[in-house]
Amino acid sequence: MKRSNFDPVSVDVLSRQVKIAALCVLIAFGMLIIRLWYLQIVKGSVYRSKSEYNRIRLEDVVPFRGMIYDRNGKTLVKNRPSYNLYVIPEEVQDSQALLERLSALSGIDPKEAAEKLSQGAKHYPFKPVCLKRDISRDQLARIETHMYDLAGVMIKVKPQRHYCYGELASHLLGYLGEISEEQLRSGRYKDNKAGDVIGKTGIERRWQSDLNGRRGGAQVEVDAAGRRIRLISRKPAVSGYDIGLTIDKTLQDQAERALEGNHGAIVAMDPMNGEVLAMASNPSYDPNVFIKGMDHLTWRRISLSKAFPMQNRALTGQYPPGSVFKIVVALAGLQEGVITPEDEFYCSGTFSLGKYRYRCWKRYGHGHVNLMRALIESCDVYFYNLGKKLGVDKIAFYAKQLGLGKPTGIGLENEKSGLIPTREWKKRRWGVSWQTGETISTAIGQSFVLVTPIQMAVLMSAVFNGGTIYKPQVTRWVRKADGEAVFEMSPEAKEKLNIKPPYLEMVKEALQGVVNGPHGTGSKARLKNISVAGKTGTAQVVAMGDDSKRQDEADIPWKYRDHAWFVAVAPVGDPKIAVAVLVEHGGHGGSAAAPIAKGLIETYLDKGKAGEEKACNP
Amino acid sequence: MIDRRLIKNFDWVLLLLLLILAGISLLNLYSATYAIRDVGGAKIFMKQIYWFLIGFAVLLAFTTFNYYKLERLAYPAYFTAVALLVVVLLTGKITSGSQRWLHLGSVSFQPSEFAKIAVVLVLARFFSEKGGYQAYRLRDLWQPFLMIAVPFALILKEPDLGSALFIGLVSFSMVLFVKVHWKSILIFFLSCMAVAPLIWFRLKEYQQMRILTFLSPDMDPLGSGYHINQSKIAIGSGWLWGKGFLNGTQTRLHFLPEQHTDFAFSVLAEEWGLVGAVVLLMIYLFMILWGLNIVKSSKERFGAILGFGIVAIVFWQVVINVGMVTGLLPVVGIPLALFSYGGSSLVTTMAVLGLLMNISMRRFMFQEDQDRLF
Repeated sequence: MKRSNFDPVSVDVLSRQVKIAALCVLIAFGMLIIRLWYLQIVKGSVYRSKSEYNRIRLEDVVPFRGMIYDRNGKTLVKNRPSYNLYVIPEEVQDSQALLERLSALSGIDPKEAAEKLSQGAKHYPFKPVCLKRDISRDQLARIETHMYDLAGVMIKVKPQRHYCYGELASHLLGYLGEISEEQLRSGRYKDNKAGDVIGKTGIERRWQSDLNGRRGGAQVEVDAAGRRIRLISRKPAVSGYDIGLTIDKTLQDQAERALEGNHGAIVAMDPMNGEVLAMASNPSYDPNVFIKGMDHLTWRRISLSKAFPMQNRALTGQYPPGSVFKIVVALAGLQEGVITPEDEFYCSGTFSLGKYRYRCWKRYGHGHVNLMRALIESCDVYFYNLGKKLGVDKIAFYAKQLGLGKPTGIGLENEKSGLIPTREWKKRRWGVSWQTGETISTAIGQSFVLVTPIQMAVLMSAVFNGGTIYKPQVTRWVRKADGEAVFEMSPEAKEKLNIKPPYLEMVKEALQGVVNGPHGTGSKARLKNISVAGKTGTAQVVAMGDDSKRQDEADIPWKYRDHAWFVAVAPVGDPKIAVAVLVEHGGHGGSAAAPIAKGLIETYLDKGKAGEEKACNP
Repeated sequence: MIDRRLIKNFDWVLLLLLLILAGISLLNLYSATYAIRDVGGAKIFMKQIYWFLIGFAVLLAFTTFNYYKLERLAYPAYFTAVALLVVVLLTGKITSGSQRWLHLGSVSFQPSEFAKIAVVLVLARFFSEKGGYQAYRLRDLWQPFLMIAVPFALILKEPDLGSALFIGLVSFSMVLFVKVHWKSILIFFLSCMAVAPLIWFRLKEYQQMRILTFLSPDMDPLGSGYHINQSKIAIGSGWLWGKGFLNGTQTRLHFLPEQHTDFAFSVLAEEWGLVGAVVLLMIYLFMILWGLNIVKSSKERFGAILGFGIVAIVFWQVVINVGMVTGLLPVVGIPLALFSYGGSSLVTTMAVLGLLMNISMRRFMFQEDQDRLF
């Protein structure tokens, strides 16, 4: 029997309940009316006067963005006060007269300001409209002295980001910019609202939410002129966290100066833990320019420049490694057992494959060479032979083990992976089969091979630290203002090389010979008291021509000149620094890049020499 | 063939009340958006006129069929609502920190609105079928408890504390209405009080914070605390007769947040004073009592319980919204039914009021046709 619905008994129960419900409703409405009577009659005069003089405002309390320090505690990025000029539309009597006076005092454009003011008046007449950011001290003084007869004008002090050393480490530190609509909507920037500036690149972006701090605010009562008369309640802002980098400011500075006048990149890192000591990229830019809000032209000049000053070449520049790649091929040959250290190949200056002839850089050849000499003197023919024996896929296997062909995982935006070609890759990418000739040029780091400077530093570190690929890191710590650590760096070993220790030793010895041996190509990195090991690389930008056409470097147009590489580690027995230097179109690695590496090693290991730093003053 | 008794029994009083409310609401909206008429205010006003037209069409549409047919649709509607809530959690777009909206092409709606109706329907069906001769005890109530708890938890997860509590209140009112043994109510409250601290200490700090600021707006001086402060100034400064139409300074100077949505009542109280505010409340009171009368005169259990659920929806909206803007209750984003600006809440309310009219119109059917229906 389905229905009890129409059963009078069960319906009657409900109609009795309706009476109780009606009573509850009457009580509830009675309470609401009593409340209204209380607000509007009992306390009416209080609220009426409050509404007449309603000058309760919400004020933002902007948090201080965290500071950024170098590894020795030197301040790299801080905040300085900036003075911003505001006008409250509702409180201006004669806006034209006011704007003309302001224009005389602070150099604002009266027409543009009038536009801003009328826009603001339409929406929120009591909300201050910002007419000019970061006015100079002189302008500030002039306005302050006339404050009495400038009704509606107010000056607000805001902390402004300041990059103490201008261009220093700008690619790594990054820059700030106004948050975009899209970023606001994404929900990832919970502490920000429209008009805020956030980190757009580099460390500023990587640690945005930590650096940002938390916005506070205050409910304040202000007088007719907008001056604060009473604080009603307040929520303090929480400062952003400070960040300590692994960068050594002195070394960074030197690296950047060494690149002056050239395009290129330098990475120096601690081979034993992956801490990046310096990361330079030239040309560069001054992140301070971005903060004031730059004009259209400056932005175009920077962003569209053919020199790509915004690009961090250390992470995003992909270059053929040239002879530096021989380290990889040598290790592959030894571990795979296709050669022994004693095996010799004869170098006549050329190597023939079918109808093609491949040259050694040394025109009349090296004669009989073993692996040791081949590395020290960078004999191309030896490596043509070795490469042919290995085949491209074996080479690629070891290159990938050594961290090439994939991002190092440093955690900064846009890091490139470089390129390590394989047969399968070529088929997929180009739809044609791999040619043996391409293996030959791959063996000396040409053909399709591309690497980034940071990958080279990681690779050198692994060879000298006993075979560990460390993830390069740039952040040592993140701390709250009271010193409590939020993040402490610890070395992250990504991979352990599967190469027998004697082979690594053998290559290490050879690389020491590159710098210190009688015919070593890297002799310009030689230091008296420090044992430096390294490898030169001269990466062709265009295919090497015929012998007869081989020209003097100086005669070749700049953009066709070879890239110069030098990678180094020192001291050999107790490695403390690994350096990768790349000079775009610099010519020979031994002459253009090796001296730079030498200078950096010397500075870093001989710390006493580092000069006194002047304090960071804006 | 239209039954002539349907027209004779049409609930003209309810319709008249709704038309009066619509008029006051539009008048008030005109004032609330007057200061921003050049920057979108006029558009808001026009839009709301369209929404009212749509609302009245929906209202009439919901009187055309026999509401009793909904009894069969109760469970399918309920499970659809739950499914939609799950979908919105999985795919919904996050706007200002919570997932509430579902987008179907150009139309977007909040599944929690639909869930509100579905829960009322399913409870009406359950209680009309099971029991009813004597007061329910706890052991009879585990099924309705589950029916309420599932959507409640899903909406809470969005997170939309306000809507979840609203559904909880409406369903709880319905359960009380069908009569529960007083011992069961006591046991329920005691066990709630016993469990509450356990849950409280398992919450994360930020969750505790959220509940605390919800209960006491003063803990959030820049958000809800500020809004309530300004709303109280607006209402209080209205005095007995108000500042007059278009003369509300709080409104004009934008001290009131969301003046045309959640704080529409404050605008009215500022401009029309205690008199205006009480008149509006009296209209709502009359409408609610009228609704209870419909419930009382329904000769059939499903209709009575459904009707009561609908009255509860309107009642709680009025009490929560007015309680909130006068600083009596915590701040929740519950709009004032038929009065605040906003299309989806208006159309939903019109739809359920259409059902209430439906019940009112068809009460006679069960008197005379009872035998045939059996």
